[in-house]
Amino acid sequence: MQLPKKKTPKALKFNATFTYAPAPESKSHVKLQEQYGLFINGKFEKPNSGKYFETINPATEEKLAMVADANAKDVDKAVKAARTAYDKVWSKMPGKERAKYIFRISRMLQEKARELSVLETMDGGKPIRESRDIDIPLAANHFFYYAGWADKLDYAFPNQQPKSLGVAGQIIPWNFPLLMAAWKIAPALATGNTIVLKPAETTPLTALKLAEIIQESGLPEGVVNIITGAGATGAALVQHPGIDKIAFTGSTDVGKLIQRATAGTNKRLTLELGGKAANIIFEDAPLDQAVEGIINGIFFNQGHVCCAGSRLFVQESVYQKVIRKLKDRIETLIVGDPLDKNTDIGAINSKQQLDTIKKYISIGIKEGGEIHESSCAIPKKGFYCRPTLFTNVSQSHRIAREEIFGPVLAIQTFRTDDEVIEKANNTAYGLSAGVWTDKGSKIFNMTSKLRAGVIWANTFNKFDPTSPFGGYKESGFGREGGVQGLSAYLKSF
Amino acid sequence: MVGKNRRYDNTEKDATELKNSISGQEPMFVFGMGKTLPLANTCLPMCAQQSISIPDFRYTPCIDQVGVEERAARFTKRSIKKETKLQGLKLALSMIDLTTLEGKDTAGKVQQLCYKAMHPHDALPGLPTVAAICVYPSMVKIAKKALEGSNIKVASVATAFPSGQAPRSVKLQDTKFAVQNGADEVDMVISRGKFLEGEYNFVFDEIAAIKEACGPARLKVILETGELTTYDKVRKASDIALYAGADFIKTSTGKIQPAATMPVTLVMLEAIRDYYYETGIQVGMKPAGGISKSKLALHYLVMLNEVLGADWMNNHWFRFGASSLANDVLMQLAKEETGVYQSGDYFSND
Repeated sequence: MQLPKKKTPKALKFNATFTYAPAPESKSHVKLQEQYGLFINGKFEKPNSGKYFETINPATEEKLAMVADANAKDVDKAVKAARTAYDKVWSKMPGKERAKYIFRISRMLQEKARELSVLETMDGGKPIRESRDIDIPLAANHFFYYAGWADKLDYAFPNQQPKSLGVAGQIIPWNFPLLMAAWKIAPALATGNTIVLKPAETTPLTALKLAEIIQESGLPEGVVNIITGAGATGAALVQHPGIDKIAFTGSTDVGKLIQRATAGTNKRLTLELGGKAANIIFEDAPLDQAVEGIINGIFFNQGHVCCAGSRLFVQESVYQKVIRKLKDRIETLIVGDPLDKNTDIGAINSKQQLDTIKKYISIGIKEGGEIHESSCAIPKKGFYCRPTLFTNVSQSHRIAREEIFGPVLAIQTFRTDDEVIEKANNTAYGLSAGVWTDKGSKIFNMTSKLRAGVIWANTFNKFDPTSPFGGYKESGFGREGGVQGLSAYLKSF
Repeated sequence: MVGKNRRYDNTEKDATELKNSISGQEPMFVFGMGKTLPLANTCLPMCAQQSISIPDFRYTPCIDQVGVEERAARFTKRSIKKETKLQGLKLALSMIDLTTLEGKDTAGKVQQLCYKAMHPHDALPGLPTVAAICVYPSMVKIAKKALEGSNIKVASVATAFPSGQAPRSVKLQDTKFAVQNGADEVDMVISRGKFLEGEYNFVFDEIAAIKEACGPARLKVILETGELTTYDKVRKASDIALYAGADFIKTSTGKIQPAATMPVTLVMLEAIRDYYYETGIQVGMKPAGGISKSKLALHYLVMLNEVLGADWMNNHWFRFGASSLANDVLMQLAKEETGVYQSGDYFSND
């Protein structure tokens, strides 16, 4: 048999002849007010500060609404409302009654899922496919899951007589606005605490919609208070003496400030901070599925994910193959209008974050990393960043050590299992990791040695209300989700 | 660590370049898997290009079921509207292998189908014809005559279709008969029994022998994925068919359920892509059976577009093996034209 001759393959051509016509999701059903007050004691109130700030659509840079800027007096008012509600109503209410309210909120989230997902996309820039298929359904699921626990706390913690803490101050980030609100509010309510929640200043709108839902649900006044503002508002909340517990999700720098501020007080603290997850591809991995996992790991939500797989480790024997597949794959990612149903990568959340990402890209180039970007066009208006790969990256490069929080992947190679375990653990963070191999024993070996709170095997970025989530080292402490998520809001005897 | 790593990369590259500059080629491979016979220096001046090398099929890439099914589902989330939809529908129509493979097939039935192939729906002007007619070998001559003057190919199933349970001599004769009668394309079935027994050499050799018997006709290799049961095996069978010389790989005979599915097709498209990366040789794909609705056909086109890209987006490299898909596509095209869905009675059943 005469074997055919090898030819040099041409580059695969994507989006050349078959391009998808725009398919934007309608936003006509989103009801927005021009101005939002603070949600305190079951009512929207004008801020004591008298000040408002605007929240914009990062995809178009257009103003969406004005939002109240809470000062220390507003924070005080909210905390007092929460305290009163705790003392008079919520702490006395039986778990099965609390559960009814939480179930109701869950159902209302499902009913309003379409409006919420469009609004989430408008305010934060994430693709509608993600807010529609992930953020909003998962947020509803968290309420649903924790509603079930409300009357079963004695079974979750047998012989420990679990008791609620009191008033919880919760500060959430801008990457998953409604989902993070659900992660925080649902377990706190189920365990019988009352809440003052502060959403991030760039993405307050879905939290304010949630306030409307809570109002409509008939939840007793003051049980959940939602106040908006920037860092100063958060600081006032952290420092307020009437708070029993702080739950924070956000950057490691702010997390450290909060830990300092709460030191020496009776306030309990859980922190869910940054990450620089290692995604490890072995030569015996299902490579095409691993490439999907890498893409999902770093480009999900424009890379604005604390557990993003931002460091890729590829075994040298399959390095060329994986890189070639990755380079072809990023050409098929559609970057653009987040409201378009075909968009894979939406807008960067803010100008400030885009500047940070650009800064790191130029650092990566200066450090000698080899940059490879998708060739896609990006819209002129709005904040966008092309999916970016860096090869030739070393363990000591800043792009391999510091959290970029954007669609930028730092790729390194490794030869042996021990080497990659050492490299993967050689970071200040420890939130998540990914392992790709067809061999089960290798998975168990790796997962027992990697120091990260969540480790995915042959998948990445999978979330479920029943599964605890949280970090090692500078990625924070405390767990959210699952039974473990309840204990952060309980004291036991 | 840093410098060392980079040096390591360079050393690897240098070594490869050095080797190429000395020998000018990789060792030649003789027929049979895993057996290599280095002939490097004997034909150095004559062989500027390297021959492809045949991998050991015991070690084909593995497939993660959850991952591949998730990926396949993602393609169905693309929203195909307006001009893209129109373009996709016409493309799908042009990629159809209009098929009749029944014991009760007659000359009359085949001739009717051939007319449909050339004139899918004359009420709508500007439509493409389908790609091919797919029939049993006994009907090839009739189809060939009926399609005279058109560009439509005649594809014939062969090799004791659909079971493939016949001696090689019979299969070869079956193939030669089809080709001699004018078949432009031959759709063979692999010996699934032998494959599942682990007789990969047997399967490889058989495909290679049929390919030889095909002469100028293009060979489509049917894996019958419904009988292979796992994605790992689908990938393995794909690799064997690709390296044995298939011009197309095809999912199913249509006689076994499940027939084509999106994840199975994705596994095969990825095998084609890996083969292309490795050898530069382009191979076509034909999902067959179970694709009867336009919407599903559009999902397949999205998948093709995002896995292999523009060079495969034509009926030379991609086909739908289907019989009822054509009328659904026509119905959708008519709807795009008129704005309303028409009754099935307006479209001919052949």
